[in-house]
Amino acid sequence: MMLDIRDLSVVFHDGPQPFTAVDRFNLQMDAGEVVGIVGESGSGKSMTAHALMGIIQSPYAEVTGKALFDGTDLLSLSPRQLREYQGDELSIIFQEPMTSLDPTMRVGRQVEEALRVHGKLPPAERKARSLAAMRLAGLPDPENLWDAWPHELSGGMRQRVMIAAALVLRPKLLIADEPTTALDVTIQAQILETLKDINRTEGVAILFISHDLAVVRALCPRVLVMKEGRIVESGPTEDIFRTPREDYTRLLISSRPTRTKLKGGGVHG
Amino acid sequence: MAKAIIKRVLLLIGTLLLVTLLAFFAFSVIPGDPTEAVLGMDATDAQIAAFRERMGLDLPLWQRYLKWLGEFVTGDFGDSFNFHMPVAQLLLPKVGATLTLAALAFVLIVVLSIPLGLLCARFAGSWPDKVLTVLDQLAMSVPGFVLGIGIMYLFALVLRWFRPEYVPLSAGLLPHLWYMLFPALAVAIPKSAMTVRLLRGSVLGELGQDYVRTAYSKGRSRSSVLWGHVLRNAMIPVVTFLAMTIAEILTGSIVVEQVFGVAGVGRILVTSIGNRDYPVVQAIVALVAIVVVCCNFLADILYRVMDPRIDGR
Repeated sequence: MMLDIRDLSVVFHDGPQPFTAVDRFNLQMDAGEVVGIVGESGSGKSMTAHALMGIIQSPYAEVTGKALFDGTDLLSLSPRQLREYQGDELSIIFQEPMTSLDPTMRVGRQVEEALRVHGKLPPAERKARSLAAMRLAGLPDPENLWDAWPHELSGGMRQRVMIAAALVLRPKLLIADEPTTALDVTIQAQILETLKDINRTEGVAILFISHDLAVVRALCPRVLVMKEGRIVESGPTEDIFRTPREDYTRLLISSRPTRTKLKGGGVHG
Repeated sequence: MAKAIIKRVLLLIGTLLLVTLLAFFAFSVIPGDPTEAVLGMDATDAQIAAFRERMGLDLPLWQRYLKWLGEFVTGDFGDSFNFHMPVAQLLLPKVGATLTLAALAFVLIVVLSIPLGLLCARFAGSWPDKVLTVLDQLAMSVPGFVLGIGIMYLFALVLRWFRPEYVPLSAGLLPHLWYMLFPALAVAIPKSAMTVRLLRGSVLGELGQDYVRTAYSKGRSRSSVLWGHVLRNAMIPVVTFLAMTIAEILTGSIVVEQVFGVAGVGRILVTSIGNRDYPVVQAIVALVAIVVVCCNFLADILYRVMDPRIDGR
């Protein structure tokens, strides 16, 4: 087993009452597996991912439980020890490809960044590896894109740059936090296809987070349904689609984007 | 880029025309006359008339301006009424001292405010930040010349780090710079305080951006994110601010020079205004305008280099 999360909880102590964003989350994942987490916004799915990745910035957040990654509990590591994993064996891509890239840094340097930070590979080999990652992420003509600025790219291209940057150190686990939500439908489908290919060819496990059960169904054989910080249902995606036990799950299924909604969503692309 | 340069050069010419024109006409409005300052109260009418003709003061104002402008463009700044020597020769060593002071002050602002601004942002809300906030408010509200007197008292009279007597460049570069460091501090401290505030706010704003989260997810440490990503983004508004303060640094230097007895443009400017020695004043006004516009142009280039989103617009 590659990942074993036990009773992961995230509690915020910044209000008059402690607020539990994630409540005893459990997940076991094998190497190369693709698992989906689905739930409405505020259900704690992104917070789970950020806690696992160690990138919750709030000083008021308290993260408890265990997250064993190849036997090492990520949650008990010091910040310095955790940094060894971040961007190396563990990486993440986010919902907002428009703002997740540094606007003042050229695309190539951002793809290469994790190699530099981790001091992997001699500098001369970094570019070749980064270009390969860009190709893997489905970026056409990466040599030409190397010196481009993020603002010169479309949303879909930027998300591919994010994917390339996340893959450059060949992680074991890629967390995809609503990676297609901000993109228009055709681009969404292409990015999903790319993620599928990466999983198939590279054996990278993917923890795919989305509010859209239809998207999760297209990619993940197995799914967890979250509501108000708790897992309310989990199992093979097809079973849950066919016979949802919870009303909430039924609601998520019935509220998946219709044709009109999809058109509306396309505006963001 | 070529278009931007042409635009700037036109702007420079326009600014110079406007500023010198304003200075020229301001002189004709305020009471007083150079003849009186040069020849004294007892001069005869014939002496006055002869002097006015020699200096071209009998011409109408607009003709005088055009004559001055024509000579200025060819590099002839005219002769001082009061000092009886060419303005260029009179001003050259003094301009050097003032520019040295202003440049030193500018370097001090950058060197002081960037680490302090980062420190404030890094420890926002904790005690170093609070202490610096109070000091900042203080430093911002004290005018440069008052600060100059304080610095003079503390460093010259109490600590005896320097003697309160101007050291010109002819006494050696290092002794000169060491002396100039103190007036430069007086100019730099209030401006640094403002820059620290601005940078602190700018860094805190950038720290909340999504790309910062991305940088953390790649295994960067806090300080590595700060230096590697945040600083460059946060400096964009600060560079604009610094460029705008260059004019104030220059005028601030001219005032603080008086406190420290620096033989710069400041004293001669005040004397020349008193004597209505307008060739000297005109030349100083024009030089200040040139320096300010050129610095703004440099800032504009730097701004384009720092923020790739500006280019191509």
